[in-house]
Amino acid sequence: MTARALHKFSPFNAVSLALGFAFLYLPIVILVIYSFNASRLVTVWGGWSLRWYGEFFRDRAMIEAAWMSFRVGATSATLATLLGTLAAVALSRGARFPGRTLFSGMLYAPLVMPEVITGLSLLLLFVAVNAERGFWTVTIAHTTLTLCFVAVVVQSRLGALDRSLEEAAMDLGCDPLRAFVAVTLPLIAPAIAAGWMLAFTLSLDDLVIASFTTGPGSATLPIRIYSEVRLGVKPEINAICTLVIALIAVVIVVASLASKWSRAGGERAAPL
Amino acid sequence: MSARNIFTRPARLAAIAPWLWMLLFFLVPFGFVLKISLSQTAIAQPPYVPVFDLTQGAAAVKAALAALSLDNFKLLVSDDLYVLSYLRSLVVAAVSTSILLLIGYPVAYGMARLPQRWQGVAMMLVIVPFWTSFLIRIYAWINILQHDGLLNKILLALHLVSAPVVWLSTDSAMYLGIVYSYLPFMILPLYATLAKMEPALLEAASDLGSSPRQAFWLVTFPLSLPGVAAGVLLCFIPIVGEFVIPDLLAGSDSLMIGQTLWLEFFTNKDWPVASAAAVVLLLLLVVPLILYDRLQRRQLEQAR
Repeated sequence: MTARALHKFSPFNAVSLALGFAFLYLPIVILVIYSFNASRLVTVWGGWSLRWYGEFFRDRAMIEAAWMSFRVGATSATLATLLGTLAAVALSRGARFPGRTLFSGMLYAPLVMPEVITGLSLLLLFVAVNAERGFWTVTIAHTTLTLCFVAVVVQSRLGALDRSLEEAAMDLGCDPLRAFVAVTLPLIAPAIAAGWMLAFTLSLDDLVIASFTTGPGSATLPIRIYSEVRLGVKPEINAICTLVIALIAVVIVVASLASKWSRAGGERAAPL
Repeated sequence: MSARNIFTRPARLAAIAPWLWMLLFFLVPFGFVLKISLSQTAIAQPPYVPVFDLTQGAAAVKAALAALSLDNFKLLVSDDLYVLSYLRSLVVAAVSTSILLLIGYPVAYGMARLPQRWQGVAMMLVIVPFWTSFLIRIYAWINILQHDGLLNKILLALHLVSAPVVWLSTDSAMYLGIVYSYLPFMILPLYATLAKMEPALLEAASDLGSSPRQAFWLVTFPLSLPGVAAGVLLCFIPIVGEFVIPDLLAGSDSLMIGQTLWLEFFTNKDWPVASAAAVVLLLLLVVPLILYDRLQRRQLEQAR
């Protein structure tokens, strides 16, 4: 009996969960509520209104920045998914190959590397080769960062996969490429989709690396928001943030459906 | 040759493109940082000398090499501004990581003890803020913490304070922002190890006469240490170089190294000093980075 009590859900567990989730969510909920505030003063409640959303859609510079962020996000996420998936396949199926340690080191380091270092080093590269800074430099920078996240997500899925399926396909006469496309790829497709969405949201979110690598006239949304926030709280910013949160929420729902579909295969979920 | 081995060759070929990409856009750029950290500031475009120009022939490159110097690094270690920045970054990262562990552990522990079907929901709830923009989450706190923000209103209404408290531009606000932003990074690895733990181990401890508290400290906690290490590294390393949170929430009287680097680069246009600051920051993080790399590799590759 006592053994059962040992891993029962205790009141202490309940309280820590409730407090933890309240801490994580309250600020965002408050932000969203205030975005519908009619008053110009962010802190005075003036009734419900969509005024600040209208304000955002009239703000040309903001819209342009949002469009830029969207294009950078979509392009870099696609590149990152391609490269990250290749990297994951090499790491989990390639056994030992020359440069493997360096390769995995280069893939894991950017996950925690302070963004000021990544941003600065990429900028110095772009300056050294005289690249014109703008859409493509930010896209390359974001691809470099996010492909590592894709690689980790896909690699943990590949690691959990039953390899006898691939072997069976090859025993039945498939060449490796065919076995990969016909057997492995469908099984890891949900992880690849989740990786794309993670890469997209990370790119949409990034301020520091984009600030270093962008050029004049091509600000991304976070860069615009940041320069506004430094000047103080504005209700229009609450509205923009709410729209971004809504977009990300849609992406997450799709991603979680994808991973639910993937877990139907009966494997453990990726930690990321 | 077994089927498994046939597969390794094309899989290795798959490494070529990402390998070259990371070499070109991750490793090679560090070479540029190192080189420019040894250069001098100049009022030019790009704002440093010497500029290597391979078209000028070997002699010019030789002259440029001779012009490299360690002056920027001497400046970094002799000027209090930089030394204090580094110290502050390390202290802020250590303190916030400890707070994160204290808050994150009970939450992860609670999650791991939820009934199975609720664990997925709880994990989703932790991941959602992790996907939401950093900047937006910090901005949400500015809303709450500002002079006439919600927090002061509540405190005044409850008569806990007699006048609005200054929260913004303080270290408390910065710590709050850091802990808030990094909490998912702490919870997820902790939860991953705690959820995998065998319940039979606890039963065995109990059968052998442990109280639940003893069982926790003798069995659960030691077994969760890999998760603790992952969470700590995942938080500590990026916090040392954090820029956005201290910039928006902390005061401007003492800076973290990320802010100093940003300032040197964007405001003072002193690229060589900014590069040297980045090199030193990287050196400070070498040991935690290597530990992190080992851990990550073990975690991802033991499943193979």
